[in-house]
Amino acid sequence: MKPTLRERLGVLLAFCNKGRNPYWLTGGLIILGFVLVYLSPRSIPAFLLFVGGSSLAYFLEMKKPARLAFAVLVAIVLVPILGARNIFYLEVIFQIAVFSALALGLNIVVGFSGLLNFGYMAFYAVGAYLWGFFGSQQPFLLHEIPGTAPPGTPFFLAPDWFYLFIFLGIIVAAIVGLILGLPVLRVRGDYLAVITLAFGEIVRQLLNNLDKPLNLTNGPQGISPIQKPTLTPEVVAFFNQIFEPLVGRPVTANQFYNILFYLIAVAVVIFVIIITFRLDDSRIGRAWTAIREDELAASAMGIPANKLKLGAFAVGASFAGAMGVLFAASRTFISPESFTFLASVNVLTMVILGGIGSIPGVIVGAVVVTILNLQVLQSISLWLAQLRQSDAFIPIINFHWKDLSNQLDPSKYQRLVFGIILVLMMIYRPAGILPAGRRQRELEHVDSVIDDEVDSSIAPGAASSSGAVSKGKEDDHV
Amino acid sequence: MRRSILLFPAILAVAGLVLAGCGAPAPKVIKIATQSPLSGGMSAVGTDIKNGAQLAIEQLSGPLTKLGYKVELAPFDDQGNPDTGVANAKSIVADPAVLAVVGHYNSGVQIPSSEEYHSANLVNISPANTNPKVTERGYEEVNRICGRDDVQGAVGAQFAASKGLKSAYVLHDKTAYGQGIAEYFKRQAEQLGIKVLGFEGTEEKANFDSILSPILSAKPEVIYFGGMFDQAAVLYKQARQKGYLGMYLSDDGFDASDAAKIGGDSLLQGAGTYFSTVSGPASVYPGTAKFVADFKAKFGSEPQPFAAQAFDCAAIALKAIETAAVAAKKLPARADVTKAVRALKDFPGITGPVNFNNKGDLVKAKYFIIQVSSGDPAQWSANKIDQTLEIAPPQ
Amino acid sequence: MRKILASEALREILLPLGRMALFVVGAGALFSAIMFALAFLAQGSGADKLLLETHKMGILEYTLGQLPQVLIDGMTLGFVYAAIALGYTMVYGVLEFINFAHSEIFAIGAFVGVEFLIFMDRLGVLAAAGPLGSYMYLVLALAVAMIASGSVAVLMERTAYRPLRNSPRLVPLISAIGVSFALQDVIRMVESLTTGQFYRVIPTFGNFDERVALFSIPTGGAPIAVNIQVKSIVVIVAAVLMLVALNYIVNATKIGKAIRSVAQDRTTAALMGIGVNGIISFTFLIGGALGGAAGVLYALKFTRIDPFVGFMPGMKAFTAAVLGGIGNLTGALLGGICLGMLESFAGAYLGTFTMGRFGSEYKDIFAFLILIIVIIFKPSGLLGEQVSQKA
Repeated sequence: MKPTLRERLGVLLAFCNKGRNPYWLTGGLIILGFVLVYLSPRSIPAFLLFVGGSSLAYFLEMKKPARLAFAVLVAIVLVPILGARNIFYLEVIFQIAVFSALALGLNIVVGFSGLLNFGYMAFYAVGAYLWGFFGSQQPFLLHEIPGTAPPGTPFFLAPDWFYLFIFLGIIVAAIVGLILGLPVLRVRGDYLAVITLAFGEIVRQLLNNLDKPLNLTNGPQGISPIQKPTLTPEVVAFFNQIFEPLVGRPVTANQFYNILFYLIAVAVVIFVIIITFRLDDSRIGRAWTAIREDELAASAMGIPANKLKLGAFAVGASFAGAMGVLFAASRTFISPESFTFLASVNVLTMVILGGIGSIPGVIVGAVVVTILNLQVLQSISLWLAQLRQSDAFIPIINFHWKDLSNQLDPSKYQRLVFGIILVLMMIYRPAGILPAGRRQRELEHVDSVIDDEVDSSIAPGAASSSGAVSKGKEDDHV
Repeated sequence: MRRSILLFPAILAVAGLVLAGCGAPAPKVIKIATQSPLSGGMSAVGTDIKNGAQLAIEQLSGPLTKLGYKVELAPFDDQGNPDTGVANAKSIVADPAVLAVVGHYNSGVQIPSSEEYHSANLVNISPANTNPKVTERGYEEVNRICGRDDVQGAVGAQFAASKGLKSAYVLHDKTAYGQGIAEYFKRQAEQLGIKVLGFEGTEEKANFDSILSPILSAKPEVIYFGGMFDQAAVLYKQARQKGYLGMYLSDDGFDASDAAKIGGDSLLQGAGTYFSTVSGPASVYPGTAKFVADFKAKFGSEPQPFAAQAFDCAAIALKAIETAAVAAKKLPARADVTKAVRALKDFPGITGPVNFNNKGDLVKAKYFIIQVSSGDPAQWSANKIDQTLEIAPPQ
Repeated sequence: MRKILASEALREILLPLGRMALFVVGAGALFSAIMFALAFLAQGSGADKLLLETHKMGILEYTLGQLPQVLIDGMTLGFVYAAIALGYTMVYGVLEFINFAHSEIFAIGAFVGVEFLIFMDRLGVLAAAGPLGSYMYLVLALAVAMIASGSVAVLMERTAYRPLRNSPRLVPLISAIGVSFALQDVIRMVESLTTGQFYRVIPTFGNFDERVALFSIPTGGAPIAVNIQVKSIVVIVAAVLMLVALNYIVNATKIGKAIRSVAQDRTTAALMGIGVNGIISFTFLIGGALGGAAGVLYALKFTRIDPFVGFMPGMKAFTAAVLGGIGNLTGALLGGICLGMLESFAGAYLGTFTMGRFGSEYKDIFAFLILIIVIIFKPSGLLGEQVSQKA
């Protein structure tokens, strides 16, 4: 019998994982990607190669210290250098980090405990407005016309309170999460989804409306300027001392802020990842899974379902709160427009695309969606725009690019792309690109059974749908 | 077997192949980037900001072509979202061929994005950001050719007072733009002795029933709407249908022939409809009529508000690049273009002569109060100027 | 097993009419009573004094003067919500699934109907049509929109929902959100490819914009005229007709009985020889058609539509469906009317009573709060005992 594509890929994978090959491959690809990006800072294939090579550190089989070493090398050394040369990549990776944290938080609610939350951006907004309010002049502007400040209005807090506010953001968002979590005690499934949607919309409208009677949020005008943490010239000088030869030019303080926020975001994400892994492997994580699979049975086994569901909401919210504070400081401006239903669905898309309940999956989801959104769709549009301004045409049908309608730019159809992704994922691969480990084990088990009886071309769909957010009661690991 | 993991590199590979076409730019290409919302609910205006700039580049890049440069438009979609806007800004900044940015539509996106332009010395000319904060930061790179909310709102109030009106009801669309104008209208109106009977914002696009009840009972002499025509005209029409006969007054967001398409004759009934604008009608600026005709020929629809401003922004950018290129005798640096924009004197834009002050505002913006004189969209450019006011921005 | 008799059929027509009248009067009376109580308590407050100054009337008088118009507006809006809510409720009743994309079905209906009218307008026949002719074109537009929306709804069910029918509940919900987003952009693409703009304005035709003066209320100041627009009457009449027709189909026909049996127990219904797939498709067809008709009525009433027009009415209609008890047709009607009234009251009085501190911008927040409160405290809704056994 001819080997199927899957088998061929399997052989390839086996080769990649043989002996020292993983180390050579990963290291080689990272270096190759790095050099290519370094030489041609605007080439997107080079950037994708770099990202892909870095991700091999996770996917291939290697020893833990080696994985860590690769991760540290990429995150702390290579990315800042590339970022200093082309700050766009730093922004992309910064947003990947921010959205990874958000997606991981949402994953705790949706993936671990099976509670659908459509208002997740509300918690992000809580964090952002927390620092937005206290880290700006806003407390002195309660009676001003929204959007105006008398000259010389002082800032309410010193900029370095920012670091404390990251932790305050965690706490406050967690409290708001608890409040929203209260309905969870009574409502399940799609009703909960609708409640959270309504909640998210209420928060956004409140932010939009609370410029009177007391001007708390500046309403649609948004709050600005919001302070960034201080940056001493010594730090910038220190960075330049080490990296200037590599970057090729000195980095200014303004550019260094990008690196600073990137590093803070990475720190927060690492913190979030560690917590998520620990939770997943803990009694709490297993209890969440039990609740997700069958709440009644879980309660009967003595799991305090209500407390744990509230906990899931609080933990998920707290990640978003921390990232919200970071967002406010890095943008220096926030307005209610950033916290729409679309934004919540965006994060949900990441979770679903990557794999509900799967920690690496969710991160992959965040990477794919962010790159798709910021780079791929935009680049195709720009490319089309270039074509449209040239004399090029498609030969056979004699179609001049000039005649291509402006309305067909892919970047205009972000919603269409994400909508189709959601539908296709639900139909063909509801467990996501990287299904959660526990489910994957179930899947492999199912796979081997099905492979024997059914044509393997049908198997993937059948297998993954049976392993999806399953209501089944294969309580093997719980 | 971990077959799933192969999917991800596969996606990357496909994406890479797709993008292989967009490599490094050819030498001597100059790009002018636009940033505006091309997707989502605001894309009607955002797309026409891009189209306006595109038209200017196609029509006016002759001098630069003679100097041996190819001028290209690089349209970015900021989605009306600061995250995307900032990311795009960084992408723009990282492309050395980009010498000017025309954009944004939302002040909420412009303010964080322009921090990036500022740190890269890249000039940004805004067609539509009327929020005072845009220029109040005093960045050399940030300019705008539209008015400021704080001025335009006040202009509207002065006009209302000059007509002897005694009471007003103020509405806005709950965007930074509309609310800003409405707030200043209210403040100025109260100073001029006009009684403001109510002040409300609404995100509603179609159903104004519940908002209109208290307005109708308050019987204001004028309803002021801060926001865009697509909301204002609907509101005006519904108010007339409910029997309101007072005056309508709005801002330059109302300056679109589609306003007449929506509002129809209801705009002429009662005390009529007026709006303030910085871009004069065709009778004052002959360029406007040509622009509208060209725009319709190329894109098949009437230009939305700010399309003409975007045209001017791109025209200014082209002129400044040309000046800088001639002075430098080579591809000019971004900082040179930035300086050249501020140095322009009496640039003949289709929306009026352009002179920037040291903050990037127009030195003296001409504000027109225009009366809608026909319910026929085709007659929009024949609207009458009722008053002309020249006002310098606050220093 | 009972046979459907002529008298029975008549009953199924008269009963919902009676219910509707009861709901409208009841909800109107309830809200009016609450408003009067508030106005009574607010006498002598700052708001009262402000009104005396600006309107030359006290708060009690003001409330009374506004009331008829507010009730009429609320009722119109309520019937639009009810018509959309029926689509949610039918699908939920049969599949126990929130068809999130119903708001886009509504938008598609609005666009198809309006495009049809625009086309007729361009042909010139619309302006030439007499009073009777204009109603004929409206009915035609409604029919076209109902066919289009119904077919899209059926297509949507076949492609995006049917493959997921036996999945856990969240899976089709996420798929529905995907469909909803995709459809928004598809509408936008289609509309903007033809004209460059993606919003549409319904052409002015017929006598729909005229107002019928009902009566006027003498007050301390100028008398307040109460009137109703012709198109509001059209909206109400059309919605009532649709509601009655739907009620008749579901409760008094054979296919209606099949729908009810599928809703009750899909497996057993299949065992009884009912083609479950066909019935589910039919449910989507009816729900979609109703949504499409509601879209045209919405466009007629509020003139301007864009591809995102469905989101808020969709959310409100869903709230209405939940408020009345999702899965329950009468409940959707009651919920719609209550919500329309609530919104109208909040919009009209909130600003006055709080002296402008809070305005009508809070009306959406009210609607969502109601949704949350109902779901938490009475998830079966006001009339929804049928669902609660199943949930």
